[in-house]
Amino acid sequence: MTQEPRGRIESIFREEHGRIVAALARRFGDLDLAEDAAGEALLVAVEKWPAEGVPPNPGGWLTTTAVRRAIDRIRRESLRDTKHQAALMITDDTPREPTGPVEDDRLRLMFTCCHPALPPEARVALTLRMLGGLTVEEIARSFLVPETTMARRITRAKAKIKAAHIPFRVPDTSDVTDRLGAVLAVIHLVFNEGYLAGAGDDPVRADLTDEAIRLGRLMRSLLPDEGEVAGLLALMLLIDARRHTRVAGGKLVPLHEQDRGSWDAGLVAEGHALVRECLARVAAGGSRPGQYQVMAAINAVHTDAAEARDTDWSQIAQLYDQLYAVSPTPVVALNRAVAIAELDGPAVALAIVDGLDLDSYHAWHATRADLLRRLGRSAEARAAYAAAIEATGNPAEKAYLGRRREQLSAGA
Amino acid sequence: MTQYMLSVQHTGPYPELDSPEGQRMLAATGAFTDQLVEAGQWVFVGGLESVETATTVDGRGDEIIVTDGAHVESKEHLAGFWVVDVADLDEALKLAAVATKACNDPIVVRAFQQV
Repeated sequence: MTQEPRGRIESIFREEHGRIVAALARRFGDLDLAEDAAGEALLVAVEKWPAEGVPPNPGGWLTTTAVRRAIDRIRRESLRDTKHQAALMITDDTPREPTGPVEDDRLRLMFTCCHPALPPEARVALTLRMLGGLTVEEIARSFLVPETTMARRITRAKAKIKAAHIPFRVPDTSDVTDRLGAVLAVIHLVFNEGYLAGAGDDPVRADLTDEAIRLGRLMRSLLPDEGEVAGLLALMLLIDARRHTRVAGGKLVPLHEQDRGSWDAGLVAEGHALVRECLARVAAGGSRPGQYQVMAAINAVHTDAAEARDTDWSQIAQLYDQLYAVSPTPVVALNRAVAIAELDGPAVALAIVDGLDLDSYHAWHATRADLLRRLGRSAEARAAYAAAIEATGNPAEKAYLGRRREQLSAGA
Repeated sequence: MTQYMLSVQHTGPYPELDSPEGQRMLAATGAFTDQLVEAGQWVFVGGLESVETATTVDGRGDEIIVTDGAHVESKEHLAGFWVVDVADLDEALKLAAVATKACNDPIVVRAFQQV
């Protein structure tokens, strides 16, 4: 009889959490009940598995146990027309509405958690809690808010789902693009929050980036034909491949200074394969690529260059033009200007950057500082570095910008 | 099935009924109501007289106080509402998307309590 350490049980539970909660949510139409029953199933596992060993299908075992616990609870709480409800639940003859392209409870739950009728910060929290299986405490820590605040956010969202009757189903195909955008935005936000943490002591929160990639892979397995799903996964993989080279000695290392040999070749290859698949789909007459596919393509160009000086900047500038066409934001214009600086020189780029209304954004100040430095306008560059340091909460980025500013002083 | 109130949140005076905008709105909201009836989703529809004609009755204290006007501080006021009977919020939101175009006002969607 194998001793199963609690850690292994918890990692299985976390892996299976989305599946268990999703199955129960569909069956009972109640997220609270689903979540509590899943938690109770974990307690049973912790009690039984160390002695009896992990069952061959731990996910199925946990789901069955959770369903039994949920039924017990409904009986205990003796809801009205218990008899009828219990009969219904034991046979589970609720028809599965054939709405979505894929029949998967987790996909339904994903669309529910990311429903546009919920506030964006609640969508993120709910997705991490229900599908990611993160505890409220973990989510609160990741987003640097007090646990009580996070608990209230999640409770309020669950209460709205119940009261407003937000359905557990995949939206109709006519509706799915818009709603899919909301789901992908949540995953992207979780990734970004992990990759460039806005505040706190850790420059990269691997728990969040890993979770976003896991959710991205899940979406990919459920919706294999959606270009934007593939695009988002590729984007995250190509960025994550550079994770270990991105911070050194507590300082951010910019792309052109990173040790490219230390990038994760497996992730780069997987990301490139996804980008090629997206390009093939578009070439075969698929719909115009959306923002995630274009951003993935930009990252594919960067990761394709063996040395920073080999980067195909004209292709990058072209892709940013394409990105600006689907997502005309000043941040995209700023990133495009960085490519323009490589092609047409810092003066042309600076004129573009100065025209953007982004003065609360640290990257705008940092880009200006770099362009001013390259133009030899040291005093202005120094002021821009100071503004950038002021505007960012990320310690590694502060350290990097501080170093650039010092180099400027030394050189001037 | 769940009943939802789709309430019309209007700002400022109503358009004149015989103006082109008034006529358009009348036709569009009428067509929307017909659509609800045809689909078996209709429960109630009503438009309200202008908010200037409202009267507030407040009995929170010892006395009942009657005052002219609506006891609201926001610029927006309730101009009318539909009550619809549909499966879930997604269906209610789809109807609200038609309603907002019909009356050119934002629509607030709220489920009725189920007791």
